[in-house]
Amino acid sequence: MEKLTIDAKLENLTSVTEFVIDALESRDCPMKVTMQMELVIEELFVNVASYAYKDSVGTVTVCRSFDDEPRAINLIFIDSGTPYNPLEHKDPDTSLGAEERQIGGLGIFLVKKNVDEIFYRREEEKNILTVKKFF
Amino acid sequence: MEITKNLDGTTLNMTLSGRLDASNAQTLTDELNKSLDGVNDLIFDFTNLKYIASAGLRALLMAQKRMNKQGSMKICHVNDTVMEVLEMTGFADLMKIEN
Repeated sequence: MEKLTIDAKLENLTSVTEFVIDALESRDCPMKVTMQMELVIEELFVNVASYAYKDSVGTVTVCRSFDDEPRAINLIFIDSGTPYNPLEHKDPDTSLGAEERQIGGLGIFLVKKNVDEIFYRREEEKNILTVKKFF
Repeated sequence: MEITKNLDGTTLNMTLSGRLDASNAQTLTDELNKSLDGVNDLIFDFTNLKYIASAGLRALLMAQKRMNKQGSMKICHVNDTVMEVLEMTGFADLMKIEN
């Protein structure tokens, strides 16, 4: 398993994305899955960067590993910010019209839609979110 | 992301190129807020938009809500990747999309 620890700031999004996407591309991951994972990483990282540490700057650690047969990527996002389980967020009602639509909750909804497994746990005062995607 | 605008009477054509994500969605919102006074028809051209994330969807939703009050909005030439996100979130049903 390889790790990247970086300040949870929006400007670091590209570094986090590259850390994952470069590894996927070197494993000949299908383009569609790569694009889906790019979206997943952005939504998860932006969530931490925007909400985890309020006004202070903390770090996020991203761990990546790969499975063979079936091929899959595993990602773990770890932060030490405010306890927050994004999976408790109610899914937005995608059948509503523009006027009734809520602005929030779309990011984590997109994450859930684009991965095969997602788990949250709070451990040693850390938020630990694990995702798996087969490819 | 690059934004180009072309106002033709009360029709605003807005072309977005590149990526509409958390790092630049606010730029789009600011640009829309500056440009939509007196506009009846807002037309987005997504031919060269390669990627959209939830921050971009929020900007589009705000534009749609505003245009519902003052006219119409449509999105043209959406690529498969962006379309998938619009469909997954139900945005494809609440916005007018023409390919």
